[in-house]
Order: sequence, then structure tokens, then C-alpha cells
Amino acid sequence: MMPEPDPMLDDAAAAPSTLFDKIWRRHLVTEPAEAGIPSTLYVDLHLLHEVTSPQAFAELERRGLEVRCPGRAVATMDHSTPTLPGVGRSGLRVIDPRGADQLDRLETNCTRHGIPLFALGDERQGIVHVIGPELGLTQPGMTIVCGDSHTSTHGAFGALAFGIGSSEVTHVLATQCLLQQRPRTLEVHVEGSLQKGATAKDLILSIIGQTGIDGGAGHVIEYTGQAIRDLDMEGRMTVCNMSIEAGARAGLIAPDETTFAYLDGRSYAPQAWEEAIDSWRALHTDPGAVFDRRIVLDASAIEPMITWGTNPGMSMPVSGTVPLASSFDPKSLPTVEKAWDYMAVQPGEALLGRAVDVVFVGSCTNSRLSDLEAAARLLQGRQVAAGVEMLVVPGSQAVRRQAEERGLHEVFLAAGAQWREAGCSMCLAMNGDRLAPGQLAVSTTNRNFEGRQGAGGRTILASPLTAAASAVAGHVADPREML
Amino acid sequence: MSEKTVMAPRFQSLRSRVVPLLIDDVDTDQIIPADYLKVIGREGLADGLFAEWRRDPECVLHREVFRGARVLLAGENFGCGSSREHAPWALLDYGFRAVLSPSFADIFRINALRNGLLTVAIERPLQRQLVELVEQDPESEIAIDLETSTLTLPDGVKIRFDIDPFARRCLLEGIDQLGYLLRQDSQIAEYESHHPPWTDTRQPEVEAS
Repeated sequence: MMPEPDPMLDDAAAAPSTLFDKIWRRHLVTEPAEAGIPSTLYVDLHLLHEVTSPQAFAELERRGLEVRCPGRAVATMDHSTPTLPGVGRSGLRVIDPRGADQLDRLETNCTRHGIPLFALGDERQGIVHVIGPELGLTQPGMTIVCGDSHTSTHGAFGALAFGIGSSEVTHVLATQCLLQQRPRTLEVHVEGSLQKGATAKDLILSIIGQTGIDGGAGHVIEYTGQAIRDLDMEGRMTVCNMSIEAGARAGLIAPDETTFAYLDGRSYAPQAWEEAIDSWRALHTDPGAVFDRRIVLDASAIEPMITWGTNPGMSMPVSGTVPLASSFDPKSLPTVEKAWDYMAVQPGEALLGRAVDVVFVGSCTNSRLSDLEAAARLLQGRQVAAGVEMLVVPGSQAVRRQAEERGLHEVFLAAGAQWREAGCSMCLAMNGDRLAPGQLAVSTTNRNFEGRQGAGGRTILASPLTAAASAVAGHVADPREML
Repeated sequence: MSEKTVMAPRFQSLRSRVVPLLIDDVDTDQIIPADYLKVIGREGLADGLFAEWRRDPECVLHREVFRGARVLLAGENFGCGSSREHAPWALLDYGFRAVLSPSFADIFRINALRNGLLTVAIERPLQRQLVELVEQDPESEIAIDLETSTLTLPDGVKIRFDIDPFARRCLLEGIDQLGYLLRQDSQIAEYESHHPPWTDTRQPEVEAS
């Protein structure tokens, strides 16, 4: 079966549309009957994990409702899963009964409702935003939701993908639809080419530094320009993943040959492949289409980036200094001072050379094969500095297998890093992998919020290259000096 | 639009003291840290509310004068970060029924309104005025009325606020949003008949080429 041609997409005479417009229109079940009433938007793919779904299933059952489309849903276990080799679910039952209860509940719910589940132990298990793309479930033009704010990751394929709350998870389970107010559009246009040592992570940290962490609120971002085109799919996922850190629920990149080549041959890629590609080629912003807002950046000016504060907008080049009070709006100073205090940094101070306790490579932002390859390239023939604990946590079992086929795990182990099982791990510290109070981590994750990686822990966000360079140096380091 | 059940959250009006928490960009990891997400229900989450900040005996939430207050006066971009609906559940379980802020993060606002936690967007000058009011007299009470979408200050001055008109109507009339969607069943089925999926997640996988 293949979808019918959509006149909205194929009519060349139609007014110029953004990529967002095209996907939005195609998924409208009902137009708002009157101003202020939300649209009913159809959801193509619903991803589920153990933390935000139990209350949603409970509500479904309380009302005696069935799952409308189990064939449009997939579940995995990722947030609470142990990453120490050999622990598994039986071990989790011992060390964290409440985490184990969540996994059990997810399994019960999925079995009862006929939803495919990639449970701990399944070779397809992994972080929900890693497995969707790598299995080919994530496809251009789709609407994709999950009770998880980093669902924006899937926008890298030209899918409208966003995080929802557990009440909305119930809505999608029961009706395959959501009530949605139409967002505005923001184009982030990145010209030029990234310099050596600067990666997709540095690019998105630079973008957030420019927009601020609420600059994308109420908007869907579309990333355009040569620097975006030049990214591989994993780099595009890193960029779209952190759209939510700019306040935007979703980020989009128009699909192109890079996208199609990535999806070709994936397990769940459409069998009607040629027809699928033909329809996906219409998924781009037309010349002359207008965004509500637009910002432009030059990729060639971007250096490896780190954060100095307690949100992803508090960033600077790795060689920079913590911004002075005079660079902030006075009304922001209480917030900024709280961040300086929590991070134990001084305005005007360089962080290069600051001693690091933990280096974490992982998370839905940076745990894919290319991220691990980047970290391994830095670690090859080098050692993690004494006193630094380095964890490498692949995003999925598939990434783990691919890394081991390439011998990356041997590079990590030889360097003195730990090689773990797949999961969210220390990104949000729900599974026992966590910072001790006062520890400083350089982390490839997405959030440096207070206590995010463990109560009292401090986080510097960075790319896998910068993280690995810091592990070797034992302090915050510039990866360009080791490439 | 007439779906009404007893389950749907409602909001009409309230009068309360105001707890000032004026840090900008308060993320949902602060509102409820991840350790408190290891639950399968939504009840009893008040213990997790601002759990780390409440370890500080000076935390504003410990002030006796604010015990039982139902309005939180917050900084900009309140509720950014994670989509966890545990954040509004925890605020409600603690006793809050409304949050006033110059701006809210999108997912938090949607989650809050769906649960009957009113998010009231206020201008910066009003935020400052409320701070001064609370500093001068922490026992000051304000009134919030959703029907008229107004805040009333202790001196009787009324200020209108904007709110998503659909959320307002649902809260005033007790409309159940899932019920509202379920009643669109025939339109959803009609849509599905024209938009079959490329992929069924339950299909046995095709061997990767």
C-alpha cells in the first residue's frame, strides 16, 4: 500500500509553502471550526518509553479504551536501564526495584495492547531517538511524537517530530491524534563550512547561544544552508535533537540524497522504496515561501563550544572566558549569578585547564557510531588522565555492535574508559550512573541543568571530540590541539 | 463542543497569597528531579517539587507565611526542558493552582493547562509590581478569575490576561479533551482511509539489504 498523492504537495501552482506547512497540512484531520480552536493533527509514529507512558496507559484503561493503531507505535526501554555489563533486568530488580517496576509495567502494557516492544536484552533496544532512525521507522514527511522532549531529533529526516506530555500520550494511544495550535516558523540559515574540530554539536550550541533558550518558543525551526546540507544524518540528528534547548518543540531539515541513502535498506524502510522517495522529494521549502522569523549564522566562525552555566544557552568557545556581568541584561543577573555560583566559575575566567572528574560520551544527542568514532579518534594511542572517570555509553545495542565490529571498544578500554550497555545513562542519571555532589563532568549530553547528572553535580556540555580531549588532558581541553 | 465529564479538570477563580520564585528559565528538572520520576502513578509527587532547592532552609517555600498559597510568581521561560508532565502534577499536588510568569515553555504550558494548573502570562512591569507587593506585605492576596480573564490586586485594580481560548473554555466548562477527540472518530477514520502507512511497526522486519 502506498499513500495517495497529495494535491497539496504536488500542485506546483499552489502558493509557496515551507516544509513545515506541507507536513502540517497533510496531517490535518479537521481544520479548526472557529478561531482559537486547535486543529486535530494525525500522528504517523508514536514512540514510547518506560518513564512517561505508565500514567498514559493507566488512563486509557481507566476509561476502557483500546489503542487505536498499535501498528503505528513502538516502545523501548532506555531511561531506567542499567548500563553496567551483565546487570540486565534481574540485576535491576535488586539494585533499583522502582526502575524495574517501570520496565515491567511497560512490558505488561505493550503486551496487553499489541504494541511492539524492544525490551532490555532485545538486539534492537536502545535510546528511543537512536533506534527510531536506525531501524528506518523515522521517515520523511511523518508526524512523530513521544513523551520525551528530545523527540525533535527525528526532524533531521524532514519529519515533524515533537515531545508531548503523558496526557497527550493517552490521546495518541486512543485516537492517533493530537489537538494542536499551529506553531510559527523560524528559519535558522547556516552558511559556510565548519572548520576542523568544530562539529554539529558545536554548531547547535552556537545557534542556541544566539537564539537564547527561549528564542524558539512557539516556533518550529527549519535548519537550512550549506553547513546543514554538508552534515551527515547523525550530525543532523544532533542539531535537531537540541532544538528543544532553544525552546522550539520541533526542528526540521529537508530530506535530500543524504537522507535517502541513510534510510535505504533499513529494516522498516518502505518496501515501495521508489514511490516513497518520489513523494519525499516534494518535502522542501519552496522558493519564495516566507518564515515568520529568520536568523543567519556563519559556520566558518564557529569554534568548539562548551557551556559555562546551568542551561544550554550559557555557552562560549572552548578557548573563551565566562561572560562578564556587563554582557547581560540586568534583569537576568540573579539567574546568571545563581549559575556562576552553582558551577563555581567566575566571570572573566577561562575554563580551559579546569580539572575534570568525569567525562561522559553518550545520550540521544551524541551516542551514535560517528560520535563514538570521533571520541575514539582522539583516544587512539592515548590514555584517560589519572583521576578522570570516562564512560562511553552507546545509544543502542546496534550502535554497540557496530562499534565493536570496528574495534572502537578496544580503543576505549585500552585508554582506560568504561564501555557500557546502551541507554540514557548519565544524561539524566535515572539508572544509577550519576555524578557525586561537586563533581565536574564534560558531557556530550543536551542539558547542563543543576543536578541533571546527579544532585550537586556540574555539567559542561561539549562535542565528543572536546569530551575525549578533556578526558586525555584531565581538564577542559581544546580538541584542535590533538587532531 | 459539549463533552463534559466529572474527570476533566476545572478552574473558575481563586484568591491566594503569592509565592515569589523569580529565577528565570526554571527547568522541569528543578521542578521535579528525575529521581522522582520512577513512579507508575501521578499521585503524591509533592515531595519531589523543587526537591533540591527545598533542601535549603532559606528556600522561599519554607516561609510560614506562604503555607497553603496557591499562586506561584515565577521568572521568564518557566518550565523549560523536559516534557515530563510530572512537573505540573507535582505543583498541583503541593497545592499550587496557578503560575504567573512573563513567559512559559511550550510543553510545560500545555501540560499544565491540561491538568487545571492555570498558566497566567503577565507583563514584566506587573511582575515587578507583584514582587514589591509581596515584599511589602507577604500576606497580600490576589484574585484570579478565568471567566473574565482578570487578575485583581489587593487595591482592587483589575488586569486582564491572555490565555489560550480553547484551554480557557475547557477549564471553565469542564470539557474533557480526550472525549472531544474521541468524538471525531469518523473524521479520523476518513483521514486514515486516504493515508495508509508506509510501514506497520508490527510487520516482521524485512532483512536489511
